[in-house]
Amino acid sequence: MTESLAITKFSDLANPTRFLALAARLLPWMAGLCCLLFAIGLYLAFTTEGDYQQGDTVRIMYIHVPAAWLSMMCYSVMALSAIGTLVWRHPLADVSHKAAAPLGAAFTLIALITGSLWGKPMWGTWWVWDARLTSVFILFLMYLGIIALNRAMDDPSKAARVSAVLILIGFVNIPIIKFSVDWWNTLHQPASVIRMDGPTIDGEFLRPLLIMAIAYTLLFFTLHMMAMRNEIWRRRIATQRRMAARTASREV
Amino acid sequence: MSHAFYIYTSYGVTALITFSLIAWTVLDGRARRREMAELEAAGIRRRSSVSAHEGKQA
Repeated sequence: MTESLAITKFSDLANPTRFLALAARLLPWMAGLCCLLFAIGLYLAFTTEGDYQQGDTVRIMYIHVPAAWLSMMCYSVMALSAIGTLVWRHPLADVSHKAAAPLGAAFTLIALITGSLWGKPMWGTWWVWDARLTSVFILFLMYLGIIALNRAMDDPSKAARVSAVLILIGFVNIPIIKFSVDWWNTLHQPASVIRMDGPTIDGEFLRPLLIMAIAYTLLFFTLHMMAMRNEIWRRRIATQRRMAARTASREV
Repeated sequence: MSHAFYIYTSYGVTALITFSLIAWTVLDGRARRREMAELEAAGIRRRSSVSAHEGKQA
């Protein structure tokens, strides 16, 4: 009985009208909490100690690492939505992966630029074509490709199905990005936070990093919810215009 | 602060991209809301809201 109640609640949420009502209630709270976390995170990012080797450039980590995590998390959210599109043909899943693609592209761009700005003083170069950097650059190109594909087709449900296939094929890049630093020789350092044996990073750096990571994640979900709401409205407007045009042509 | 150029440019670029993203999402939402209000003013409604409206009148 509890299970059926949970399924009913979930399918309630999958209704676009109910989703819009939920978004209207949640968005102000999510945006407020996001601002608060960014204020705390940025305060800590500029008041904690510098690293004994990297000096103050360690402060770039507080924006670079969360953006890189988000670039992969956003793609994973899109892959789950793509399954929703292909298996259940649910319109809200179509809306979800379409709305997430520009956000993922933006976070990947932040990770690439800040990584380059961190690489120059620490590695002595802006860019190298090694496994980690190249696989993240491919992720950025994939986001752009998915955005272009969505905009190239007039029929949103057909565009969603084609994009969903591309998203799922491209998902193979996510474990490649994550494990590239272990599988190949690269200038990029190996993982120091999400490890089987626990984080190896000092608590002084871990605190601001985690707060900034939570702030970024909340920013992503807030913007994703807003972008999904905008896309639902866009589709409703298109349907209303189509119906109005059909009624007008019948009257003529 | 050592390497101030690299640190401030990183934060500046991040702020620019983030605020552009927020502005784009907010402005897109406002444009859609305006468009829906224009359709409503022209008497073009969704089928569900039309039937709800008729139901209330009845």
